[in-house]
Amino acid sequence: MAFVQLEGLGKCYGAIDAVVATNLSVEKGEFVSLLGPSGCGKTTTLQMIAGFVEVTSGRILLDGRDITHAKPASRGLGVVFQSYALFPHMTVSDNVAFGLRMRKVPNGELQQRVDRVLKLVRLDKHAERYPRELSGGQRQRVALARALVIEPPVLLLDEPLSNLDANLREEMQFEIRRIQREVGITTLMVTHDQSEALSISDRVVVMQAGRITQIDAPYTLYEHPRTEFISGFVGKANLLPGARDSVGVVQVSTGGDLTLSLRPEKIDLRETGQGRLQGQIVSRFFLGSQWLYGVSTALGELCVVRRNDGSAPMNEGTAVGLDWDATLLRVLSVDEVPA
Amino acid sequence: MSTLAAARQGRQGYLLSAPALTLYVCLLVIPLLLTLVLSFNVFDYSSGINGDAYTVDHYSSLLGDPYFYEIFLRTFWISALTTLLCVVIGVPEAYILSRMGAPWRSIFLILILTPLLISVVVRAFGWSLLLGADGLVNQTLQAFGGSPMKLLYTPFAVVIALVHVMLPFMIIPVWTSLQKLDPAAEQAALSLGASHLTVMRKVVLPQIMPGVLSGTLIVFGLAASSFAIPGLLGGRRIKMVATLIYDQYLSELNWPMGAAIAVALLLLNLLIMLSWNRMIEGRYKKSLG
Repeated sequence: MAFVQLEGLGKCYGAIDAVVATNLSVEKGEFVSLLGPSGCGKTTTLQMIAGFVEVTSGRILLDGRDITHAKPASRGLGVVFQSYALFPHMTVSDNVAFGLRMRKVPNGELQQRVDRVLKLVRLDKHAERYPRELSGGQRQRVALARALVIEPPVLLLDEPLSNLDANLREEMQFEIRRIQREVGITTLMVTHDQSEALSISDRVVVMQAGRITQIDAPYTLYEHPRTEFISGFVGKANLLPGARDSVGVVQVSTGGDLTLSLRPEKIDLRETGQGRLQGQIVSRFFLGSQWLYGVSTALGELCVVRRNDGSAPMNEGTAVGLDWDATLLRVLSVDEVPA
Repeated sequence: MSTLAAARQGRQGYLLSAPALTLYVCLLVIPLLLTLVLSFNVFDYSSGINGDAYTVDHYSSLLGDPYFYEIFLRTFWISALTTLLCVVIGVPEAYILSRMGAPWRSIFLILILTPLLISVVVRAFGWSLLLGADGLVNQTLQAFGGSPMKLLYTPFAVVIALVHVMLPFMIIPVWTSLQKLDPAAEQAALSLGASHLTVMRKVVLPQIMPGVLSGTLIVFGLAASSFAIPGLLGGRRIKMVATLIYDQYLSELNWPMGAAIAVALLLLNLLIMLSWNRMIEGRYKKSLG
């Protein structure tokens, strides 16, 4: 029996199905991300688990206990909100202590637990500050500390990093993962940022139009996207027509009835005349550690990523040959849900 | 330097605010000063106001006469009760309003504001029709076999009408501060184990205190200087300070005495409101910034 289990969970707003018959099992200590475009139902799913949104159908089980209709207060889950939702009229330590005061934890123990969790999120020197005196990243950590201090069975994170700027976001990703590992807490995170989901989760759940379309470990998800939508949403992908040859091996072929996905970094650039496909570089973008090329070919414009290894990049207009390992081609199934 | 900063420092700033300043000086400062001077003028029933002679008699009779104490005391307890009732009714009302759905919220907000478009005098007459000896309330009471009650010309009538008139002045500032609240903070408190009542007490109320404070200041100030409602619903016996001033000016024709009472009302009102502001702001200033 999984630690958190969603069984046929559904939510309708009037005639609109926000979440449709969703099944998901999360093991104890696991970090699972719900990934999807806005309006896909991932936040609604999280809000149903937290108890802020009434469930229309299905069940939510926490450690075998049915919490489908329990009040948010009695679920005892830790929730971190997109806006952080700190209490602006309380100091950092009062914010963190709030949940413990509600649980009538005696003062001595309360102080100890607040100190310990503030140390965990590295805010022990800011305990007497007010939220408005903190930076975005610090507020984020207060929200995390406030959710963790009650030692909840499950931590729910709703787009926790979307209000931070790019550098801080990356830093906080690793910080959240470090804290999650250290505490060993079962965590569900909602995000629309695929790189965030890939970098810190044990498993990623892709949602689309209220349904789960793929559940996999980040590496598997990236290497084996099931559908056209997922291949384009999780990382970049070149979509190519293809067909199976006489021995059943998938090959790129114009007019083939399969859709294949080929990741940009899996394509090698060769001298013109060599490789499987000929083309010409039409655009070039510098990404720091990588070069991103647009190559115009008979199969349309392909995206190619090359490592910045210190050598001079290719110029726009250069004719090149493209090559790839045929085993890296992935067959995509047609999207069963309209994106 | 931005134009705004330049305007703040240079002469231009004074120039730009001159029209408003002129209006303020002509319509408020000068009449107030004239009233202050008038309150020290000698008055004699046979010869009227003597503008050249000065005295503090009016103030000493104000201090020495228990009749005035009674009226000042009544004015302030009626104002305080009105303010309290406005808080008790207005704060929950503003909260419910802020939680309403799309069409209803604007409809109810307009409903709350419409009374402001009707003259206070008209509304006071409305109340006297309802509360009079054979008004609607007493007719209903009698229809159910009760005996008629004296409602009009009691402090009750004055308070109920004042609450009716002042409620929008409480709801609007509270509503404004409710708009700044993050609804997720309430969800966060719930998820941390707080009951709805605790969320109200520990999370919502402390954050809307600045709005409640401005509301109480406006309501108390307006109620303590209100004239039409105590005049029409309090009758001859339930006098308040504003009606007393009116009597001094127009019945007794003792303008200096009226002016002295007006100055005393202004000072007491200021004193009460400033200390109230101090007390509340002091408690919440540090946390709310």
